[in-house]
Amino acid sequence: MNGADILVKCLEEEKVEVVFGYPGVAIAPFYNSILDSSIQTVLVRTEQNAAHAASGMFRVSGKVGVCAVTSGPGATNLITGIATAFADSIPMVCITGQVSSDLLGSDVFQEADITGAVESFVKYSYLVRDVDDIPRIMKEAFYIANSGRRGPVLVDVPIDIQNATVKSFKYPESVKLRTYKPTVKGNMVQIKKVAAELLKAEKPLIVAGGGVLIGRARKELLKFAQKFHIPVVTTMMGKGSMPSDDELFFGMIGNNGHPYANRAMRECDLLLMVGARVADRSVNQPDITVTNKVLVHIDVDPAEIGKNVGPHIPLVGDCRSIFNDLMEAEACGDHKEWIKTLKGWKKEGTTKKKSSAKFIDPVKFIEELTEKMPHKAIYVADVGQNQIWSCRYAKIKGGDFLTSGGMGTMGYSIPAAMGAKYAHMDREVIAVCGDGSFQMSQMELATMRQHGLKSKVIVLKNDYLGMVRQYQHFTYEDRYSVVDLSGSPDLEKLAAAYDMPFFRVQDPKKMSEQIDAFLSSDEACLMEVVIDPMDLV
Amino acid sequence: MKKIYSVLVENRSGVLCKVAGLFSRRCFNIDSLAVGETDDKDVSCMTIVSTGNQRTLEQIEKQLNKKLDIIKVRTFKEEQAISRELMLLKVKYNRTNRKDIMEICDILKADIVDMSKTHLMIQICDEPQKITLLLDMLRTVSIVEVARTGVLALTRCGESE
Repeated sequence: MNGADILVKCLEEEKVEVVFGYPGVAIAPFYNSILDSSIQTVLVRTEQNAAHAASGMFRVSGKVGVCAVTSGPGATNLITGIATAFADSIPMVCITGQVSSDLLGSDVFQEADITGAVESFVKYSYLVRDVDDIPRIMKEAFYIANSGRRGPVLVDVPIDIQNATVKSFKYPESVKLRTYKPTVKGNMVQIKKVAAELLKAEKPLIVAGGGVLIGRARKELLKFAQKFHIPVVTTMMGKGSMPSDDELFFGMIGNNGHPYANRAMRECDLLLMVGARVADRSVNQPDITVTNKVLVHIDVDPAEIGKNVGPHIPLVGDCRSIFNDLMEAEACGDHKEWIKTLKGWKKEGTTKKKSSAKFIDPVKFIEELTEKMPHKAIYVADVGQNQIWSCRYAKIKGGDFLTSGGMGTMGYSIPAAMGAKYAHMDREVIAVCGDGSFQMSQMELATMRQHGLKSKVIVLKNDYLGMVRQYQHFTYEDRYSVVDLSGSPDLEKLAAAYDMPFFRVQDPKKMSEQIDAFLSSDEACLMEVVIDPMDLV
Repeated sequence: MKKIYSVLVENRSGVLCKVAGLFSRRCFNIDSLAVGETDDKDVSCMTIVSTGNQRTLEQIEKQLNKKLDIIKVRTFKEEQAISRELMLLKVKYNRTNRKDIMEICDILKADIVDMSKTHLMIQICDEPQKITLLLDMLRTVSIVEVARTGVLALTRCGESE
């Protein structure tokens, strides 16, 4: 038995079913050992996508994703994926091969100081110096990644450690970390203060952030909101935490959100901010969230509280546990007037655009697509104009909505959809991207085919990097710089090359039937939706 | 506002880099930083002095607490602690200013620890303000080299923790 065998055994102990990765010499012992295990391996076409796939898998299943890549360029290619996960607090364990311990620091072939390079994007990292440390390190890595404020953990394993002989294997039953004890349960004194505010409030509002989804507290949020009759808005990362068709749901906040959601946030008298960072895209003037109202900030990470806005009542803990504790509080009024006002704003705020006969309106397309999607379908939005349309108009009823919010990493959707599909082969998974983001991950169509991953891909095609083009339209008065995407491949031919069914939607009259055909296909397929290049979000 | 952070960390390679990296990444100031082993060889103590507004100073503490290699963070204001700094200073002297230099050293309780025909080396171990004062007093003579340790601080014995 060697270090690589031990690494694989640790993954088995953690009930890991799949590893996304890309091999190379420095990780070869690991990929040799994994052949003797029942753990499946998925060969992505570039390392970054291994991390995105692991991210997608966690977000729909709650299982910590694992990726394994080689040293040097393999490891550095993974960095964007790790940073994406870190920005959205997605747990994952990344194993990187490393050059032999005795060569560390001498700049040999494919050596990169990966633990140094990822320091600001990981929750923690290890460089394994002794083969006997592997079980402890792996146990700690999974625990650290998936507790407290979740995040990626990197384990760098030099090749000589992977090859070192070990006599026996024992996986530790618990972790002993004197420096790490995340708070789960909310402080009862603070919870009572919140309960008292709930009684007083006339216009309460919940802002649900990504933490609600990552903390798997969707059911609790719904129950809490229903018991206390509190309307809910979400951040971009919180989308999907509340069913889009729920009576208490009032859209997404932020500079790309719904004006009525932002107005609700301005005018409420009690704001319960749950699992949200209060970052610049969701709240551009954090101070307005504290004037003329009581702000309660609930977060598992004490450092988030007071970072961007100083709350009246800070409450640190896991949001599921806190919602459960808050359920004990005395029910307050029914807030009928307030909810009625919000409904009025929502109605006013829904405007219809003029339709064109030449192009598909992305808003109508996304609305109809998500209306028709199966109940538990998973929608993965990429980054760009497509992301804004998706966030605003996708109706998520019982399924999931994934996107890269914190980092805004283009190319996220296709690999994340693969990971989600891996977790739920029985659920419909659809990646929706633009033609820019599609070309950042189109190589993964091969991975999907190779591993029989029948996730589907939709490309909103406008031959531009639309989001930047729009920015240049407003900021530089149509001086377009480096946003023209001509030269892009013919997607029909591309689909044929990958032997995938292809749909092109260009005629608004035929849109409905094409959506039906696309959704009824039981194969991985590609759909091109031709939209107006000059369209603005 | 000025604050002193006394940070107990795991005595491992890379920890100093992580702590320093945290300060630079989040644009926190480091006025001074001093590191050394404690009585427990697995634990080092970092004394960090920083200035900033209240929110920043609070964030520093919270962000430090998030680091997994950090065992304990204690913060205190200057007046709650005894702080000391050591400075070595090399100056060029001549016959006319030698007496003045010695007099300044005498008043500020600094020692002359080395000497050649042209140069003097002065050592002072005192509160940071005194160190700065000595430096100011000697600006009129030509200072060749200066080395300071940065502040070390422990809370006063009377301050219960």
